[in-house]
Amino acid sequence: MQALVIVAHGSHLNPDSSTPTYDHADTVREVGAFDEVRTGFWKEEPSIREVLRTVEADEVYVVPLFISEGYFTEQVIPRELRLDGWDVADWDSDGLSASHVTLTASDVPEKTIHYCGPVGTHAAMTDVLVRRAETVTGDPNVGESFGLAVVGHGTERNENSAKAIEYHADRIRELDRFDEVQALYMDEEPEVDDVTDYFDSEDVVVVPLFIADGFHTQEDIPEDMGLTDDYRTGYDVPAEVDGHRIWYAGAVGTEGLMADVVLERAADAGADIGNSLEVVRERTRKTPQEAN
Amino acid sequence: MGHHLDALVDAAATGDGVSLDGLTAVHGDDGFRLETPDSTLSGLTEGGLREALADRDDYATNWYFWSEVVGEASPQRRAFLRWVEGASVDAGGDDDGDGDGGDNDADADADAASVPERYEALRDGICREWGQLLVTATVDDHGERSYELRHADEVDADRDDLDAYHEPLAARQLATYDEKGRYRPLKAGNNLAGGWVFPDLDGRDLVGTVETFYPASVPNWDRERRGELDVTHWADAIGRQTGMYSVVKTWNRGDGHEHVDWVAEACCDDSQCVKRREWEYDDDTDLAVDGGDGAFPCREPCSVVIAASRKWTRLEGEETQTYEFELTPSEKEQVEDIIDAVADDRTDDIREADVYEGANRYRARFLRAKLFDDEGNLGGVPTDAPDGE
Repeated sequence: MQALVIVAHGSHLNPDSSTPTYDHADTVREVGAFDEVRTGFWKEEPSIREVLRTVEADEVYVVPLFISEGYFTEQVIPRELRLDGWDVADWDSDGLSASHVTLTASDVPEKTIHYCGPVGTHAAMTDVLVRRAETVTGDPNVGESFGLAVVGHGTERNENSAKAIEYHADRIRELDRFDEVQALYMDEEPEVDDVTDYFDSEDVVVVPLFIADGFHTQEDIPEDMGLTDDYRTGYDVPAEVDGHRIWYAGAVGTEGLMADVVLERAADAGADIGNSLEVVRERTRKTPQEAN
Repeated sequence: MGHHLDALVDAAATGDGVSLDGLTAVHGDDGFRLETPDSTLSGLTEGGLREALADRDDYATNWYFWSEVVGEASPQRRAFLRWVEGASVDAGGDDDGDGDGGDNDADADADAASVPERYEALRDGICREWGQLLVTATVDDHGERSYELRHADEVDADRDDLDAYHEPLAARQLATYDEKGRYRPLKAGNNLAGGWVFPDLDGRDLVGTVETFYPASVPNWDRERRGELDVTHWADAIGRQTGMYSVVKTWNRGDGHEHVDWVAEACCDDSQCVKRREWEYDDDTDLAVDGGDGAFPCREPCSVVIAASRKWTRLEGEETQTYEFELTPSEKEQVEDIIDAVADDRTDDIREADVYEGANRYRARFLRAKLFDDEGNLGGVPTDAPDGE
């Protein structure tokens, strides 16, 4: 028996914070790759502290639904899971390359815990950013004459956060699919406020590399970019700003294809997931496939 | 004859035979022996055993349900389902080696009803409360259990008046908002909305649904039942906090724990949370307030308590000051009424024109009009003393 446990931040104030976690758990559950799929939260229930005891399976794959390596993936989650002998050095990561480590947890000593790196730094996340652009434009081939901006917090709180943004922006650039690709930040240069300064393309898709929609993605960024004066009145997609059409996508973490990254993380750690990746990639597609 | 008898006869002929809830059936040198609390038959042929079991069908279907339908795959699920219908629940592992998961321990629960008594009650429906949930277990003629789940406050509601759900995960949405549509950050908060029913769940889905409403409640109850609940007391729980929550450590000064009593009274009272608080100040020091009567335990301060305590740590770091302003006796009582109404989440229940209630909106507005200055200072007294004083 193998179980997937998705751990995420959650919120005491915002019911939408946990929605992507539940959605992706449901997608994985429906594809049947695991005997059990559970969720655990820092701020909701079951707490990360108690999630392992809700699992029956003896092989447990824990995937953090976080954007970057840092305080949560390195300190909080291992501590709360009670991972025996956890040492961040075992991940041997440059800030982007944490894959998995196999340990026991004192809470459930009979089980084997495969603790995975965060979804945000997985290579497959690049595909989700592109898929998000397809979804928001309604065009499965979006790219030509479009610019794409990947938006993150910046380094103020965590230097690895910016690394993840750069990593995916570089990978999308290498696809040679969009005319321009740019990493932008909320609290440092190049700033998302000046998004139109960084693009020649008339059409620009803006995708925040965030797990859930909340204060930053629903209030700050739309107002900072000038999509709206007041987030409460909403904004158009696309919205006209300084002669550009801004296709604002909201948090990438709400994209259905995120379930694919969760599965990839578990598969990298040794989970047997059969052909689930292919199934999930198709099931989560919202734009019509081009006829061959 | 039912397949449950085939399975039971097969099991009786194998190894140590079967033993559960007062039923014993084993194969020996002189044929089968069948025991129930009321009778012992021995020297039975297989046909004779089948015939005798057919006369004791409740025992036979009971064995089949617990051995073949529920099984041993999840000891905590099995324990919970047995607790729901009042069957004996063992206190530990299957130490007697009879393969029944320990359910046949003579001393496990001397008060447990016999199988015929239990079946009679099950046919009418056995009800159990779990937090604000009400489980009703029933049995059909084949021994198959069915479980209905609804809000405990709606025990008398007509099932047709409630919205029916069948998937355990449907409980996720039902648990997210209270009656007034407000987000419930705490699943165990004593504010679960009603209006729904899961009319027909099997055992696995019952536990799945209960665990969606109250995550980890069954495993924690099961650990407690076995004497293995890992309680983390306040001192240890705040001791392991890092980052923005590490400041809560500084709230503990000296020996007193009155501040934690206030936290527990504020957050953990039965009126606020359906879990039974088992954590105390530390290993040696109990809190002065009661942990409540919840069906399942709370094993450590939750994230809501920790987040609130961070705020209180900051607030309680302030020194008191003496403010001087005058209130009439009724005004003092009105301030008390308003605090009570907010603390008991009663403000929405106070009618607009009920000016006899101190926390009535017009009464509060009158008090504000009279006592606040333009800066919102009570009694016209600034919160911070002006510079130089």
